[in-house]
Amino acid sequence: MAKIDFNDDSAVVIIGSGAGGGTLANELAQKGIKVVVLEAGAVQSQASFINDEWKSFSQLAWLDPRTTSGSWRVAKDFSGLPAWICKTVGGTTTHWAGASLRFQEHEFKVRTVYGDIKGANLMDWPLTLKELEPYYARAEDKMGVTRTNGIPGLPGNNNFKVMYAGAKKLGYKEVHTGNMAINSVPRHDRGRCMQLGFCFQGCKSGAKWSTLYTELPAAEKTGNMDLRPESHVTRIEHDDKGKVTGVVYFDKAGKEQRQKARIVCVAGNSIETPRLLLLSASNQFKDGLANSSGQVGRNYMRHMTGSVYAMFKNPVHMYRGTTMAGIIRDEAGHDTKRGFAGGYEMETLALGVPFMAAFLNPGAWGSEFTEYMDHYTHLAGMWLVGEDMPRETNRVTLNTNVKDKWGNAVPNVHFDDHDNDLAMREHAFKQGQAVYAAAGAIKSFRTPPYPSTHNLGTCRMGASAKDSVCNAYGQTHDIANLFISDGSQFTTGGAENPTLTIVTLAIRQAEYIAKQMTARTI
Amino acid sequence: MRIIPIGQAQLPAATACGEESGEVPKMNLPLARREFLKGSGILMGTLAAGSVLATLAPSPVWAVELKTLSKTDGQTLMAFGRTLYPHKKLPDAVYALLAKDLDAKASGDAAAATLIKDGIAALDKAAGGSFTKASATKRLEVAKALEGQPFFATVRSQCITSLYDNDMAYAVFGYPGSAWEKGGYISRGFQDLKWLPAPPKEASPPPWFG
Repeated sequence: MAKIDFNDDSAVVIIGSGAGGGTLANELAQKGIKVVVLEAGAVQSQASFINDEWKSFSQLAWLDPRTTSGSWRVAKDFSGLPAWICKTVGGTTTHWAGASLRFQEHEFKVRTVYGDIKGANLMDWPLTLKELEPYYARAEDKMGVTRTNGIPGLPGNNNFKVMYAGAKKLGYKEVHTGNMAINSVPRHDRGRCMQLGFCFQGCKSGAKWSTLYTELPAAEKTGNMDLRPESHVTRIEHDDKGKVTGVVYFDKAGKEQRQKARIVCVAGNSIETPRLLLLSASNQFKDGLANSSGQVGRNYMRHMTGSVYAMFKNPVHMYRGTTMAGIIRDEAGHDTKRGFAGGYEMETLALGVPFMAAFLNPGAWGSEFTEYMDHYTHLAGMWLVGEDMPRETNRVTLNTNVKDKWGNAVPNVHFDDHDNDLAMREHAFKQGQAVYAAAGAIKSFRTPPYPSTHNLGTCRMGASAKDSVCNAYGQTHDIANLFISDGSQFTTGGAENPTLTIVTLAIRQAEYIAKQMTARTI
Repeated sequence: MRIIPIGQAQLPAATACGEESGEVPKMNLPLARREFLKGSGILMGTLAAGSVLATLAPSPVWAVELKTLSKTDGQTLMAFGRTLYPHKKLPDAVYALLAKDLDAKASGDAAAATLIKDGIAALDKAAGGSFTKASATKRLEVAKALEGQPFFATVRSQCITSLYDNDMAYAVFGYPGSAWEKGGYISRGFQDLKWLPAPPKEASPPPWFG
């Protein structure tokens, strides 16, 4: 692995090693560009991942203090845990389920297609599906997405059989085991899925794509990457000309370090990324870096979500096999006849007994709750995930009343569901329950949202510096050598699980950065 | 007679999570003689003969040692846990884990000890003397009246990890836990459901076996 000097100001410093940061690091390293990757979390491996929900949660989740506000139920159920994302090398690609869907064409121009929705800060993306298609194709190949590049679909588990039977009875057409970045056959030196059922706990077989054992080792092999785990960045610094010059971080020994940089790319997921820009406020940039628009931290999106768990007379054993290899796509389009804008996906989901108890109905007790637990082996489950409305008031801010262990203000995550989100959730719950009723369910339960796994939009890209933070390449409008490299860039959320699009944007961003470096414009 | 003191693997601190092997430590059930058990209170019981747990455990008798709470306190908490989360199939031994974990909380924190002891007293008072001796209907009534209070919230949230994250609960609910060391479910029934028709190959291709 490369050792890059603290005072070397020729390297690209990437903060975060997940879908955005890890991919960007490899793409740049392959082009011969030196990168320093600063990752707040520690290194785990397929060997050290744990098939145990709570233990794995302690091992992988980002558990630094955070606060919440707003009318969303997560603020009540999990006031200190707004998001279920990771602090580990590989970031949330260790925990993600693997669902890899392209955005639909209209989802890049929702302001045009949906019109002006009151209380929503809709905006068209500064790019189109057509422009992204070649990059989507590269991402799918890199990640080994099933049903692309000649890769067969995954075999459906019992939970999928139930979903399939119900969906078909209901008349749904597009129902299959999904487009998953999980090997259905051996590929790229990784084996095929062993159907462990612990996709969320770090894939011990390595069949699921994660930057931890794909992008990062590939980058390391080039000799151009210096990966530093347990390095928590607290500040991005700049010079009088308003260019960023490097970052300050605390290393594994708790010692403050300063790494110089030619370019800084922030990929800390959509809570830490805006937080870091806000924490880096200076005399010159009083409202934080790249925040002349006032949009840093705003338009926080987390997808409309919910789950349905249904009880059957016969056993299902939903926990066996790939957690999310099952999808109904018929509701994903935009059809206002349903009473809301945008669409949603229905995807299989299962939890083990410990997390079922924690998430089925947080705060609940009594015989209705215990009846579901008693019938654990006879439950089927699905997750509902759809486009939520960006709102200026849904935002990540600094909570100066609470400090983390480095003495910095923790992020507060404020979220109020938009009426469109509520209408979509109601429709999705109804349809999810109808699917299971059609498959013969005795009864079913509407499980409220889990802590957010899809955190998006807090440094959105847009055509104008007036109302967005970065351009179509994630380059901030205000500071030419500062980039946003994660889901924070998303202008709007789409209905699809976001990782594929994050990886796609990172590939495209790497190409742009390399060109600008060669042209010496940065 | 052999006694099994029930211990529960504690969650490692976030910083202490670098298990080298990735193995999930199984709940330890060391054998101990009655005289080795000390403390402010001992909870004891017997697993029902022929139950799934009796076949797993080395002895049908279990015991839990309390360090701060009394035996009566422990029994009241067990009864309260069963009122909140009534599972006919879960043995008392699992509800004893709740008492044990709340005892640990009380032992490390004076404010928590007061909260728990006062809460137990409030349960008894509301039940007209003894919560454990009250009828199931009365217990439910008492629980509903206490909902939203700090003691209620403390016990209820402790129930989630104490009752549902242990090997006995796994066995009762039919959840096998870790799948890695058994080779996953690729050859162990991930698609063995027979009461619905199998989806067509386009929707669900066959598994790859080389």
